Amino acid sequence: MSNFSFPESIKSRPTYAKLEARAGKSYLFVADAEGAEAIIDLASNDKSLMFKAHVIYIPKNTGKKYTSQLEKLDINQLYIGPSYTAAQSRLKRTLESSHMGLQLFLSGTEGLIGQAQRDAMAAGIPHTAIQSEHRGSVGRRMQCVHCKGITEDVDVDPFVCSHCGLSLFVRDHYSRRLAAFQGVCIDAEEPGNIPTAVELYK
Amino acid sequence: MTIQFNDETFRGDYTFKNSGWALKRFPFPFHEDSYMYSVNMEQHKGGPAGSIYEKRFDVDEHYLSEMRDRAEVLKEDPLRCQSLPNMTLAGWDLLELIMVSKSEDYPDMFELQRKGDKWRWINKPMEIDDSFTFLDEATLPYGPMEYITRQTQGDFVVLDQRDENLWMDAGMVTTQADWSLDFDIGMNFFEWHAPVPKAHEMGIFVRALKFLLNVQQGAPARRLNWTMTVNPLLDTSPENYHKWGTQKRTVTADNIGEKQFLRVELQTFFRLPRSNALVFPIRCYLASFNDLMTVPKWGRRLHRVIRDLPEELATYKGFIDNRPMMLDYLSKFDDGKPTSNGIWPDRETEPLRD
Repeated sequence: MSNFSFPESIKSRPTYAKLEARAGKSYLFVADAEGAEAIIDLASNDKSLMFKAHVIYIPKNTGKKYTSQLEKLDINQLYIGPSYTAAQSRLKRTLESSHMGLQLFLSGTEGLIGQAQRDAMAAGIPHTAIQSEHRGSVGRRMQCVHCKGITEDVDVDPFVCSHCGLSLFVRDHYSRRLAAFQGVCIDAEEPGNIPTAVELYK
Repeated sequence: MTIQFNDETFRGDYTFKNSGWALKRFPFPFHEDSYMYSVNMEQHKGGPAGSIYEKRFDVDEHYLSEMRDRAEVLKEDPLRCQSLPNMTLAGWDLLELIMVSKSEDYPDMFELQRKGDKWRWINKPMEIDDSFTFLDEATLPYGPMEYITRQTQGDFVVLDQRDENLWMDAGMVTTQADWSLDFDIGMNFFEWHAPVPKAHEMGIFVRALKFLLNVQQGAPARRLNWTMTVNPLLDTSPENYHKWGTQKRTVTADNIGEKQFLRVELQTFFRLPRSNALVFPIRCYLASFNDLMTVPKWGRRLHRVIRDLPEELATYKGFIDNRPMMLDYLSKFDDGKPTSNGIWPDRETEPLRD
């Protein structure tokens, strides 16, 4: 089951609905891992959507599970890439040359959705033309407030910053500009006093 | 000059101290014996002579040392001062507001000469004498917001107003109560307040935003906010929390009077003329428990406020662990007598304690 209902939280926390087919001139999909399911679901209702679609897909740890299914969908332009960062210049190029009437669909992890939304807004895509659906991992993209480094796919709390090595707790504070939640040193007051990590939302 | 500036530090050896004059005008933030959030706004149109409310941008004995501390912080971390590209005009508005206000309110210290767009700014305490062209960034050593806020006490957040909301699109933030400009920049009013407990449910932010959207040019507003800080540390930033956090555990029953500080923010709000942005200066005043206890009314009241503060607020303000020790100390100064309304120290009716 790759859908998750997030508990009620702070005002700035992003919320997600389900992707819906909408009339548009062209369709751009950006998805990672289980996010492919949202595309496949949409295509199963309306196959013709894919004839005008450009799909940017990052399988992450799902291997070939979804790529083989996507390849059967008659997608006009299908790109499968190793990471969001690797796909980013392609995405930006696509956004810049897009026309009015583009519909943008984001699906997968919060990190992917947040970053693609940020890049789309920066390219001037109106938020009304962007839909997003969370699928798969509930891991968060975290910014270390101390060293500013980003750690991707954090699914435990506390966690170790992949840049400076501090143990950080997940503060429920979200920046759309950074597409990240805030990580704050957990043992700042008592160095070494680090509680056992627990899975997020458990 | 009428003010004797202290040579003091807000880090390391912490030589910060308040003179009798500074303590007399300290903005004690509790107008009654308890505290809860409220939209406690009032007009910022002066106040009693000598009080921190009197001038538009208060200058006090800590001015030069605070500016030195700010320069240190910026050297370590330039991200404490940021301005999104849409905010340059607002930066000039702010520069003008501060230069005009300070030169009018403190003519002995600040001077502004204007011939068309050729301006000359003299800041005597900081020994600055700069000539520049208004609205031409190339003629200043920093962007306009950074230039003037390196010379003005308090943090500054510049808010763009659009879509019936306020957006934190620029700021100079080096004396903050544990929030990060670098993280919050670009957020709207509800987003940057998201981590504050209780106040959303109480409707505080909806009402406060409504008020702020309507602040008019020439009619600034103000309120007080407060928290607690161990040691007179101005830079209680989340960025450096892993460095200063241990200080919170250094308080003991013996040193709490000198180590524990009440941290009060005078928050003011000014509409800016060209950009229609709102500038939000957050000026920090610190006073040790020892100093505060010299005013009998403040001693009684601080004890009652801290004792009765809801747990969530004490946690959010970061002193829940030290609260029992605070109460042990403060209770000695509470004789149970009634207190008068308002924040003033009542020096006429009750003398200072030694």
